[in-house]
Amino acid sequence: MSARDTDWEGVRLHVVTGKGGTGKTTVAAALALALAGRGRKVLLMEVEGRQGIAQLFDCPPLPYDERRVAVAPGTTHHAGGDVYALAADPESALIEYLEMFYNLRHAARALTRFGIVDFATTIAPGLRDVLLTGKAAEATRRKVNGEFTYDAVVMDAPPTGRISRFLNVSSEVSGLARVGPIRSHADTVQRVIRSPLTAVHFVTVLEEMPVQETLDGIAELRGLPSGGLQLGGIMVNMVRPVPLPGDDLGKAAGGSLDAGELSLALKAAGIDDEAVPGGRSALAVSLATELAGYAREALAADGQRRRLAGAARPVYELPRIPDGIDLAALYRLAESLREQGAA
Amino acid sequence: MGTAIAGFRSPTLEVDRLLDDLRTRIIVCCGSGGVGKTTTAAALGLRAAQRGRHVVVLTVDPARRLAQSMGLTSLDNTPRPVPIPGADASAPGTLHAMMLDMKRTFDEIVESHADPDRAAQILANPFYQSLSSSFAGTQEYMAMEKLGQLRRADSWDLIVLDTPPSRSALDFLDAPQRLSRFLDGRLIRLLAAPGRAGGRAYMRVVNAGFGVFTGVLTKVLGAQVLRDVQTFVSALDTMFGGFRERAEETYRLLQTPGTAFLVVATPEADALREASYFVERLSEDRMPLAGLVLNRVHSTPAAHLSAARSLAAAEVLVPATAPDGSRSCRGDGARGDGGHQIAATALRLHAERLQLVAAERRLAQRFMAAHPGVPIVEIPAQPEDVHDLPGLSAIGESLASR
Ligand SMILES: Nc1ncnc2c1ncn2[C@@H]1O[C@H](COP(=O)(O)OP(=O)(O)OP(=O)(O)O)[C@@H](O)[C@H]1O
Ligand SMILES: Nc1ncnc2c1ncn2[C@@H]1O[C@H](COP(=O)(O)OP(=O)(O)OP(=O)(O)O)[C@@H](O)[C@H]1O
Ligand SMILES: [Mg+2]
Ligand SMILES: [Mg+2]
Repeated sequence: MSARDTDWEGVRLHVVTGKGGTGKTTVAAALALALAGRGRKVLLMEVEGRQGIAQLFDCPPLPYDERRVAVAPGTTHHAGGDVYALAADPESALIEYLEMFYNLRHAARALTRFGIVDFATTIAPGLRDVLLTGKAAEATRRKVNGEFTYDAVVMDAPPTGRISRFLNVSSEVSGLARVGPIRSHADTVQRVIRSPLTAVHFVTVLEEMPVQETLDGIAELRGLPSGGLQLGGIMVNMVRPVPLPGDDLGKAAGGSLDAGELSLALKAAGIDDEAVPGGRSALAVSLATELAGYAREALAADGQRRRLAGAARPVYELPRIPDGIDLAALYRLAESLREQGAA
Repeated sequence: MGTAIAGFRSPTLEVDRLLDDLRTRIIVCCGSGGVGKTTTAAALGLRAAQRGRHVVVLTVDPARRLAQSMGLTSLDNTPRPVPIPGADASAPGTLHAMMLDMKRTFDEIVESHADPDRAAQILANPFYQSLSSSFAGTQEYMAMEKLGQLRRADSWDLIVLDTPPSRSALDFLDAPQRLSRFLDGRLIRLLAAPGRAGGRAYMRVVNAGFGVFTGVLTKVLGAQVLRDVQTFVSALDTMFGGFRERAEETYRLLQTPGTAFLVVATPEADALREASYFVERLSEDRMPLAGLVLNRVHSTPAAHLSAARSLAAAEVLVPATAPDGSRSCRGDGARGDGGHQIAATALRLHAERLQLVAAERRLAQRFMAAHPGVPIVEIPAQPEDVHDLPGLSAIGESLASR
């Protein structure tokens, strides 16, 4: 099999955002695994100081250091790839930055002891953001002997409510630093983020609020001054299978399923129950009620799907894994992303 | 309808009694992200008003349609009247609702604590602007501040407070102190007035470090930034006392018996763990806990049909695996008639539902075993989102019934 095209050919930095709890960390990890197929090397990076990746991959807390956390499965034609992980924090990123550009490692450490970094990033969240996006941009562009260190970087990013601020580093910092090194650093970072090298994906579930946040987030990114930020796909997570074909779904939801027929079927299956008025069994009525709930949920989910379609972005659906997320489940989600062309 | 946790001995949270008790002046809905705090707060406010109380609900970040259904279309930080469906004519209650605007609330504090010139100077400062709109914890602090304001206004006999979305329910209690600790911090005082903080010897040490600090900052950020920071900090300096006092005052208000905390959780491991932490914290801080609202609880009307029998029956009607190995439980008409297909689907879903109900019950019981005295009430999971007044009314009903 030859290398096929994926939807994000040319993208090297994948930013994954979404409403809290919709599965950003899970989907970012699955995407990293998917991208790491065919012998590639991918960096999965988190920026919120929560050690979500370590929990997910069941390993000890990650230091500020790139560690291999998983091997993507190979095929008969290709070797597997590697997923590295990094838990980036602004303090370490600042120290690294000061060292890299100013040779100020000692001073930087002293500042850290004073709690000054904490202070500075508190009153100037833009500073924090530029340090973290800066780290992502650095990893994306890093080369050793003329070769990129990573084929792709996947960032488990802040939630939708903060994403446009987070990515709009240059203008965030401009209010604070009009000139000077931080400013030019921000501009460099901005160039990577605002280029075709970067795409921003949204994770959502098929519920009102997460979908609304996704649509708002997309509109917000589209509306950023001077544009140039590439929107990625919408990853619809925790999708449940539709229980019934279309016609029956509508009927079941509306409570107009033929409970008489259901009674007969139950009788045929040998689980009879006492009859209630109308000749149907009480059990059939109960099961029809239960089915109606499922059907209404499925219809509501469909409604949210239609709203998402309005955003005119590629949509990838990931199943809800009933037993929760472990490594096997991550591989499954990764495979699903690949099948759908996301990686 | 079956109660998922029937049989266990946790006391029932009697919501109507809580709402009808005129001594209840503040209800705070806390819980981890997405569990239904806003929905519960709105439903409680509505129900209390339906039962004759004069209620204001302070919501934080409500879903757009829910906000619209309460007549909140823009953020303007003022309570708006909400028409009450099913109001009791003999006990005419009223309902107001508002959405927290954290930046506006912060601005108002500045305006009320500083003279106009100084206030204008602070409001224009880039550091103030970023602090007031994005400091982690500002929203929580402002929710408390607004609560204090509403309480002092004394125009309502019940305030229902929704709390900001955050991963942890504890953030609501911790954040305000985090903000005042930050504003009170040694460093910020050093910046405000380098000559005043601490004793002389201490100052010599600190100043040495401080010189390095300003040196690096100037190098990296530019001198302008440092000046902005200092302007900001010294302007805020005059208001520190006020900030701290008010935060403490509101915190004390939360400890009075007129306040009732409701912890909202869904029957899921993470949410209930957070609820546990919160319950423990409330008792440490001597804050009055009214009980746990267990939201989105699943139930089944056919509890007597076991999962095993259900699956076996489904298998009789439509084998899960067709001879060619493909699954055919989607009602594609491959086998049996439509009635059988639907029945098989219903039976398989029923088995799934029973497992879910059992899992939820286990989690709920674990919580109850750890906190045996905490009263509990359940809200059933609705098939659709809750975003209108009749929907809220229905939730209110289920909160009150047992
Ligand atoms: N496809 C799925 N099927 C089943 N469970 C899932 C799926 N995706 C995520 N989950 C579960 O949902 C929960 C939230 O997922 P995750 O931590 O990835 O979300 P998040 O958006 O990163 O959350 P946060 O905003 O807290 O960072 C976790 O318990 C995770 O295991
Ligand atoms: N009992 C219920 N049945 C079905 N849906 C519900 C129920 N309770 C809440 N919801 C839905 O769940 C979603 C989250 O509810 P809500 O906004 O009240 O949670 P929250 O705790 O305030 O969330 P956040 O932490 O983001 O503020 C909403 O879409 C709401 O309509
Ligand atoms: Mg996460
Ligand atoms: Mg809310």
